[in-house]
Amino acid sequence: MSYRAPLARPAESRRWSYTRFQQRLAPYVFTSPFFILFAIFGLFPLLFSLFLAFHLWNPLDGLGNWKFVGFENFQLALDARDQFWVALKHTVWIGLLAGVPQHLVALPLAFVIHQFLRRWQGAISTVLFLPYITSAVAITIVFGMLYSERLGLLNYVLGLVGLDPVRWLAQPELVPYSVATVVFWRYVGWNVILYLSGLQAISEDVYEAATVDGASAWQKFRFITLPLLRPMMFYAFTLTIVGNMQLFEEPFILTGQGGGSGGAALTSAMHIFNTGFRDLDMGYASAMSWLLFLAIFVLSMVNNYLFSRDGGRS
Amino acid sequence: MKKALVSALAAALLLGQANAQEKVTLTVAAFPSLDSAIKAIIPAWTKLHPNVTIKLQAQEFADHHNAMTTALATGQGLPDVMALEIGYVGKFAEGQGLEDLNKAPYSAVASKKLFTPFTIAQATSADGRFIAMPTDIGPGTFFFRKDVLDKAGVNPVNMQRSWESYIASGKTIKAKTGAYLVNTAASVYNVIIRTNLKSGEGIYFDKNNNLLVGPDNARFVRAMTLSKQVRDAGLDAKIGEWSNEWYDAFKKGTVATQFSGAWLQGALQNWMAPDTKGLWRVQNLPERGFASWGGSFYAIPSKAKNKTWAWEFIKFMTLNQQSQITAFRDNGAFPALLAAQKDKAFSEPVDFLGGQKARVIWRDAAAKTQPIDVNKYDSVADQIMQTELTNVLEQGKDIKQALADARVQILRRAR
Repeated sequence: MSYRAPLARPAESRRWSYTRFQQRLAPYVFTSPFFILFAIFGLFPLLFSLFLAFHLWNPLDGLGNWKFVGFENFQLALDARDQFWVALKHTVWIGLLAGVPQHLVALPLAFVIHQFLRRWQGAISTVLFLPYITSAVAITIVFGMLYSERLGLLNYVLGLVGLDPVRWLAQPELVPYSVATVVFWRYVGWNVILYLSGLQAISEDVYEAATVDGASAWQKFRFITLPLLRPMMFYAFTLTIVGNMQLFEEPFILTGQGGGSGGAALTSAMHIFNTGFRDLDMGYASAMSWLLFLAIFVLSMVNNYLFSRDGGRS
Repeated sequence: MKKALVSALAAALLLGQANAQEKVTLTVAAFPSLDSAIKAIIPAWTKLHPNVTIKLQAQEFADHHNAMTTALATGQGLPDVMALEIGYVGKFAEGQGLEDLNKAPYSAVASKKLFTPFTIAQATSADGRFIAMPTDIGPGTFFFRKDVLDKAGVNPVNMQRSWESYIASGKTIKAKTGAYLVNTAASVYNVIIRTNLKSGEGIYFDKNNNLLVGPDNARFVRAMTLSKQVRDAGLDAKIGEWSNEWYDAFKKGTVATQFSGAWLQGALQNWMAPDTKGLWRVQNLPERGFASWGGSFYAIPSKAKNKTWAWEFIKFMTLNQQSQITAFRDNGAFPALLAAQKDKAFSEPVDFLGGQKARVIWRDAAAKTQPIDVNKYDSVADQIMQTELTNVLEQGKDIKQALADARVQILRRAR
């Protein structure tokens, strides 16, 4: 019987069978929506922007009317006098102002909630998570009203104490702080949640053993929590770096398209948006997008390096 | 020749048939508050062309223009009629996606002289294509609070004589009433760089694309110097346009003057500060400077489906006197059509301005406004100049240095 099988098989394989479809094709069919959507909305724009980065193109001329310029767009952006650097500087500065305090507050806060407020953890998490899921536009508009120079709550309170009104969104040196505060407020809860889930993954036994050994709360935090949380910290740091380097909504709504007084809150993403959609210089905007991608990549690698080096030591 | 004649005949025949029976839906994309003017005019249009339904697609100002940019880039989702605001019309004119109305079948050359002259230049590209028909304009004047000036004992005519006398009057107003002269010192800069331009000069570039910004350009030096004087004397309230503080200042009269297009009267009366009725007046800008603040246009995308009806509709909106008056009565859209400006509505007193016959002043200002050449790098230059102006006002940067730095930066980007 067995010698017949090879003869029968080709005939069978040519015939369409439901079982065969189930086994061979169905997985591809069922996963295809992702790949199709990714190809249209992910891969194509990516490749198109890479293509545009080497061309001079005004979108109003329509598809096809582009001019190859080689590396000119990159050279333009990388020139030391270019606005690209100013915007990148603003982005990093606002990113640091918002990002560093986020983690300095979120980590101890998560620890305190985990250790002492476990009964209310659910309620607290919900409250902390709210800013993250609320629309950035709504949040920013509310903050814009708080910051308002003559009508805002902040200056009203300062007035009660007898202080002069502060121009939160008009004085160039102050603007980055005002924007960073909104970003900080919006994402600190998100980081607390990340750290809380990290903390829950740490075995209770370790803490119990430490308690038996007479460790103080600080010692537990320093020698158990921090080292064991490192993978989560790496993750949270990476998200903050990527998110803050792409900062757009908060400064855009708070200060307007130009980044407010003196362009003090003009971030890289805003500059790219303005270049593409206001100045209609798509090639230059695309080139800057790729440079921004490179900057984020390098910063993430630095973050990665710092964490892995630290890991090797301990 | 024969072939052309036959096809022309066939086209005429087809069009005749289309006119007679075919149901047509014409998409018109616009932004507020132009959409409200269109809505007001649609009934008259429907009466005339019952078979042509207007589908109005209105989006917020920036969204509308971004959507139009994307539509032109991809050739997808284009409306038949595209409204454009003055800030965008220059850029869109330099692109290749809109119909040249100089050419047949539009042949708008004859219609051009029917409009306020400077608007035609705004809608004409550097290579001479005429891409949009003007519908409304924003003749520039300045609004002032008569009650505040009276209290300070300042004669408005003095404020008009020169920028120096304007600032001097501001000092009196501030001392006597505590009111600020102007919302922001940047307003003074922005007026001066836009007025009294020589023929062939744009704001930042001349008609041969040469950059005008620099430490040797008297217009920019003066604009920054006077702006800085206003700031140093504490005469500006340091508030931006379209902010809550701005509306609040209008309501409370804490700012005495405001440079603006004629449309501000409608906005003040309708929603910004209706309670201040009768307290405002308008007059020409200092040193008889004439400038335009705003304006709207209609264009036809080259890939539009229904260009014939689109052109009919645009003509109805822009060349029909009654439509122009309807838009003017609806939301104060000042007619670009000269014939419409002769309507009796223009000699009527404006109640909100204490019965002043302000429309005559605006009409006169519109007639005297000179065409300004636009350049596709205007927005780049504008962003860089606004940043340098802040450096001058906020950080005390030397004006000549700021202008030299701006020049270097703009030249790099204008390629």
